[in-house]
Amino acid sequence: MSARFVGAKVAGSLVTLVFVICFNFFLFRVVEGDPVANLYRGRNLSENQRDKLTKQFGLDKSTGAQFVSYLKQTATFNFGRTYTGNAPVWDEIKRKAWPTIALVGVSAILSAVFGVLLGIAAAWRRRTRTDYSVTAFSVGTYSMPDFWLGMVLLTLFAVVLGWFPVGGLQDASSDATGLSKLADEARHMFLPCLTLTVGYLGEYAIIMRSSLLDTMREDYLVLARAKGLRDVLVRNRHAVPNAILPVVALLAINFGFVLSGAIAVEAIFSWPGLGLATYEALKGPDLPMLQGLFLVFSASVIFFNLVADLLYGYLDPRVRPA
Amino acid sequence: MSEAGATVMEVTSARRIAWLRRRRAFGRAWHEYRHHLPGMIGLGILVAAVAMALAAPLLADESGLRAINTVNNPTFASPAEFAPLGTDGLGRDVMTQFIWGARTSLLVGLVATLLAVLIGSVVGITAGFFGGKIGGVLMRITEWFLVIPFLPLAIVLAAILGPSVRNIIIVIGITSWPQPARLIRAQVLTLRERDYVDRSRALGASNWHLMSRHILPNVSPLILANTTLTVPIVILSEATLSFLGLGDPLSPSWGQMLDDAFESGSITAEAWWVFIPPGLGILLVALAFTLCGTALEEILDPRLRDRRE
Repeated sequence: MSARFVGAKVAGSLVTLVFVICFNFFLFRVVEGDPVANLYRGRNLSENQRDKLTKQFGLDKSTGAQFVSYLKQTATFNFGRTYTGNAPVWDEIKRKAWPTIALVGVSAILSAVFGVLLGIAAAWRRRTRTDYSVTAFSVGTYSMPDFWLGMVLLTLFAVVLGWFPVGGLQDASSDATGLSKLADEARHMFLPCLTLTVGYLGEYAIIMRSSLLDTMREDYLVLARAKGLRDVLVRNRHAVPNAILPVVALLAINFGFVLSGAIAVEAIFSWPGLGLATYEALKGPDLPMLQGLFLVFSASVIFFNLVADLLYGYLDPRVRPA
Repeated sequence: MSEAGATVMEVTSARRIAWLRRRRAFGRAWHEYRHHLPGMIGLGILVAAVAMALAAPLLADESGLRAINTVNNPTFASPAEFAPLGTDGLGRDVMTQFIWGARTSLLVGLVATLLAVLIGSVVGITAGFFGGKIGGVLMRITEWFLVIPFLPLAIVLAAILGPSVRNIIIVIGITSWPQPARLIRAQVLTLRERDYVDRSRALGASNWHLMSRHILPNVSPLILANTTLTVPIVILSEATLSFLGLGDPLSPSWGQMLDDAFESGSITAEAWWVFIPPGLGILLVALAFTLCGTALEEILDPRLRDRRE
């Protein structure tokens, strides 16, 4: 890959990031109204206190000056303090990112692996019962709200059958450490992870199936068969590596949604990540927290879009400019 | 009508010929669609859902949606105790909510999609047809909106605008247009280079004439298929936004029902009948639109034709 190709993609992503940062400022400017009143809703503030807070928030300055200080603070990861709890937004986000990355990251990988396997099985046995059941399953799971699937699984496996805990990251009473702590967390993660995996899997299966069907018409597969290769070899060495490109790109793009992808599902399972934080910030509404979350979610999508572009350029020489 | 019939017919105007041709193309497409089994299944589900939504006032009394009118009903009564679908945590009849919920869900799904596709078509056709600076700027904006993650943006906008059906439609509409815009632009780019466009331009046709008479009719099959495939995404988005508390509690959709079910603790009450029907409703309608859209795409997009054989 030429440095120019990489440079152009990186520059494009940076421009987009700047756009989102500016957009974020003006978007919340529309809603904010009077932040001082929002923060001290219903409480009596003396004129003196009001002025002090207005000054402290920098609201006495012009919009331009506010914008400049917003840019400075954003560059140093200072997103203000949450309304609920008065903690720095950036610390809250850092603390809650890990449960989300663990949950959605594992689900993204599992759904990609199983989706690809299902897609291959369906395309290779085209117009058989396997193909029809895989397609029906994929389109069906793709059409259901993922959090609804979570509600059904939670009711069935946690409440009625009692096989799994009803929510959270670990047992409240547990003071386990090391391996048994990990096992406890895995038990808590099972149902939300299953929900997200089943929810995402359909998309991968459909794309893998359709990509492999396109590849199966290529001449080099006829050649591979003419050479006398066994069916399994034709599939695994020649067809699948060529057909898997769109799936790799989709996986990279979906990784961008690792942080923001499970808002409703995390709420259902009270999984203490960024999704649950969003759900709770909305109830307030806790505007500084929402603003910080929005920025972090967007930045992650932009970053992984860039990764997907570069990866695609690396894997598929056809999209690289000569 | 056979080809011979057309030549005998008195030709009065170019417009009439065009309409005749379009009617025939439509007839052919419908003929193919009728033999497309998944497409017909999807269409069947849709007709049933729309009929239920339209007939809601005849099927169930709207007053049953307000908890104030249902204080005498048992709460979380199972379908066996309170026919046909039981009651929720406030004693409201689930069946009544399900029927009226279809109205809001379908309304939001269709209107928000139309809004998104309308914006997408205008941007896509303009960007594709003019190219150059205007097209470049429009596509840059489209790409920006594509990378802003949809759900957080929609959540933020809905939180800013406040919960109402109209606001949900606006929010979904203005966050969902970039995909149609990109798809339509790509198609317009190839159409722009066709001979008949050149010929028409040589005869002195204005840009407006070219866009409205030559480009638009040729991208409209694509727009139709794309619209149908956008509806399920929009319906699922509406469900998520409503679940997050951004829907209108006064005209409950299926997503709102799921939110109410979750908030009122029907999971711990094992009251599955409260959240199974709205979820199934969303699933069936989204699935039906996907089936119809895929069928339309296969019939209307020549590139996909050889997929079916």
